[in-house]
Amino acid sequence: MNIELLCQYLIAGLTYGTIYAIVAIGFNIIYNTTGIINFAQGEFVMLGGMLAVTLDAFFPLPAAIAGAVIITMLAGALIEIGFIRWLKSPSVLRMVMITIGLSIVIKAAALAIWGEGVKSLPYFTGTAVTVISMGDVHVSPQILWVIGASGLIVALLTFFFNHTLLGRQMRACAANMDAARLCGIDAKNMVTLSFVLSAGIGALAGCVVCPITYVQYDSGTNLAIKGFTVAILGGLGNSTAAIAAGLMLGILESLSIWILPTAFKDVIAITILLLILFVRPSGIFGNAEAARLKEF
Amino acid sequence: MNLLKVRGLNKRFGGLRAVGNVGFSVPQGAIKALIGPNGAGKTTLFNLVSGVLKPDSGTITFQGAEIQGRLPFQVARVGIARTFQHIRLFPKMSTLENIMIGRHVHSRAGFVSAMLSLPWTHREERAIRARALQIMDFLGIAELANSDAVSLAYGQQRIVELGRALACEPKLLLLDEPAAGLNMRETAEMAKLIERIRATGVTILLVEHDMALVMNISDEIVVLSYGEKIADDQPLAIQRNPEVIRVYLGENDA
Amino acid sequence: MARAKYVQILLLAACVIVVQLAATAADKTQYLTQLTMAGYYSMVIIGLSLLMGYTGQISLGHAGFFAIGGYTSAFLTTYNLLPHKDAPAVTVLAQCGMLLSGKDLYDADILVVQPWAACIAAVLITLAVAYVIGRPVLKLKGHYLAMATLGFGTIVYKMVLGTSLVGAADGLSDIPAFQLFPGLSLSGKSSLRIQNYYIAWGLVIVGVTLLLNLIHSRVGRGLRAIHGAEDAANAMGVDTAAFKLRIFVVSAVYAALGGVFLTHFNGGIGPSEASIMKSVHYVAIVAIGGMANLWGALTMGVALNFLSLRGYFGSHDDSVFGLILVAVMLFAPEGIGSTGAPTMIRAWIKRLGAREEPAP
Repeated sequence: MNIELLCQYLIAGLTYGTIYAIVAIGFNIIYNTTGIINFAQGEFVMLGGMLAVTLDAFFPLPAAIAGAVIITMLAGALIEIGFIRWLKSPSVLRMVMITIGLSIVIKAAALAIWGEGVKSLPYFTGTAVTVISMGDVHVSPQILWVIGASGLIVALLTFFFNHTLLGRQMRACAANMDAARLCGIDAKNMVTLSFVLSAGIGALAGCVVCPITYVQYDSGTNLAIKGFTVAILGGLGNSTAAIAAGLMLGILESLSIWILPTAFKDVIAITILLLILFVRPSGIFGNAEAARLKEF
Repeated sequence: MNLLKVRGLNKRFGGLRAVGNVGFSVPQGAIKALIGPNGAGKTTLFNLVSGVLKPDSGTITFQGAEIQGRLPFQVARVGIARTFQHIRLFPKMSTLENIMIGRHVHSRAGFVSAMLSLPWTHREERAIRARALQIMDFLGIAELANSDAVSLAYGQQRIVELGRALACEPKLLLLDEPAAGLNMRETAEMAKLIERIRATGVTILLVEHDMALVMNISDEIVVLSYGEKIADDQPLAIQRNPEVIRVYLGENDA
Repeated sequence: MARAKYVQILLLAACVIVVQLAATAADKTQYLTQLTMAGYYSMVIIGLSLLMGYTGQISLGHAGFFAIGGYTSAFLTTYNLLPHKDAPAVTVLAQCGMLLSGKDLYDADILVVQPWAACIAAVLITLAVAYVIGRPVLKLKGHYLAMATLGFGTIVYKMVLGTSLVGAADGLSDIPAFQLFPGLSLSGKSSLRIQNYYIAWGLVIVGVTLLLNLIHSRVGRGLRAIHGAEDAANAMGVDTAAFKLRIFVVSAVYAALGGVFLTHFNGGIGPSEASIMKSVHYVAIVAIGGMANLWGALTMGVALNFLSLRGYFGSHDDSVFGLILVAVMLFAPEGIGSTGAPTMIRAWIKRLGAREEPAP
């Protein structure tokens, strides 16, 4: 294993890692605002990719991506309004089952609409064989798109939560929903907004990674498990840690191909998940008491 | 003979020292009260004795054996039972069933024997049921046997919780604010009940805010303030203790 | 109260017999095949119902235990030990009478483990896995517990899917028949269809009886206490961690037994039995049947599995279960049993049983 190959693996790991981190951030946004883990998070990513592929046949690529993101955000809002909003203090168990059921239904709908086949978007710049070379290390420009888009998402979110009124209102809801309500913040709409945001960033991530990983009606589930692993690894609710945790998982997975047959690559993420849950559920960067002070 | 001995008990929560170097004893057959302003550490102390919390340091000795750090069900097995400040009856179960749970430490039917419905498990069930009814009789609530426990009146629920703890046949009974939420008549009845229980040979340690009740039935009183023990004496002496008056009784007409 | 239990079991047995007679009379004995399979899936469901309903623990990985049971017995009864005939372990097994000589599909000689020994091995392995996994998993709550069990189920699925020794994506097939008693053979032969229907439902009836005994015992009371107020149950002397673990193990063994028997009945097993979708099916059925409601879960289990196996849901099988789960959780989280009719039926049954009891 020479240094160039190692770099390739690392870059592949980083790429996947950023996607896992984005999914994890999606989990965190909804969890922070509502305390719910949205098991259908992976489906937002899948929908983003699928919708972009369909729209790409009619519109130029940037418009297709924008359209996919917007439609997925709408879907997120509809899900929240249709299934979550009117529940009165549901138990955790109930919410888990509802979101799992929703994830299954969305998958089934995707299967009905798009079929079983694998789909992909064209590469944003160049083609599948275009490479950017850094010495002996060759990467596809799409990887830069992925990392760039993820960086943009994180930057925009940070700006949103720290410097806009709406973002601060959401953080207030996350910290203490009753107090926020008493300050006149419309908690119900904040919840819807959290779903819309999570759906949007998931969809965007789905679009940028689609040329590399392709998308299929059931690609959401795997991503959800890995995204959740990353979210827990960094400490549920802590999105900055999620980025670091995501990169860590991506690289670990990538390097695992050395030791394990590829069929077991996914087992790495799950084993890490189980280990973390058993040993330190507050995550490696979290501590149990801070975890209770939910912050973005 | 001291049934319970607490020595040098310490418990911190982050930066807050909830219990600091507390030590006292509960003599066999006595009714001992634990009082102090809110936040003094009384419930923490209870939770340390009953096994809900582990002390940072110090010892809790029961009948000569150290029990600090043991889990709640292990503490129940050595003969210490408790009630809760906020009533914790089992929902969707009848009053009788709630009390029958108290017999858990005195029964043996396990998973395998229960699934196979072995004859001795039926005998044991009948014995459990009979004993639970006996306790309900003693407490005067026999007619509530089949009522849904959590739909009873507050005062009745308190007595049911007491019955549940008594079903454990404890040597030491920990009562966490037994008179909380009770009116004057109910409080007086609770006081009589506690004395009747002591008369059967059970030692009692209680946390309480109702000073009339405490002064009336306690043999000894421990006073806590900010996690530390500031007095441990008989009721009359406590009433005259200037430190206690300054910290606590000053605001209250005993 | 106890009498009501026996009335219920007798009613179940009566239903089982009536259905079989009706199917034979109407010349629809092929329905019995689906009912047999539904019966084995119901073994998973009744165990899960106890776990979810009585202790409030969710398991999204129970299909994993079904698969561990099925795959273990499948593997042991098909893996040819003949090339290793002289290895010490093999000779020990042979001396204990645990091995079986026979011929495979191509008429070559093979040496495999006896089905009954394989069954015992499957149960023991499941016990071990459930104990090891259960202890840390059951310390978790809420979505952490859900994710941990989901993770466990996924690991089992990926492992059977990726291991060529157990057939990878194709699974294992040509599982021999399981001779339960002389004359009673667990196999998929259509001539033995009626016999196997009674084997399956005999297993379910025994399983239900054992669980009902558990529910109406000191242990059942303890489990309900744990569900109602775990800290108070602990304070009253109930070793809550041990109880939760034991019920988890019991439900795992039930699932594994279902797996073993169904594997012999079907003559094979594939990775789909371990899939997360299967686990979700089980959870959806328990949810709709009413989580603490054994009979509700059993009824729904038979009904939904029968319809699914007969193909009534077509290719929309997964979405049907997903929709059921969502609908039940949204509108009737206590299960369909919390609506009017089942309550009335249950009250009627209770009265039937109570008539002979003396007044308290």
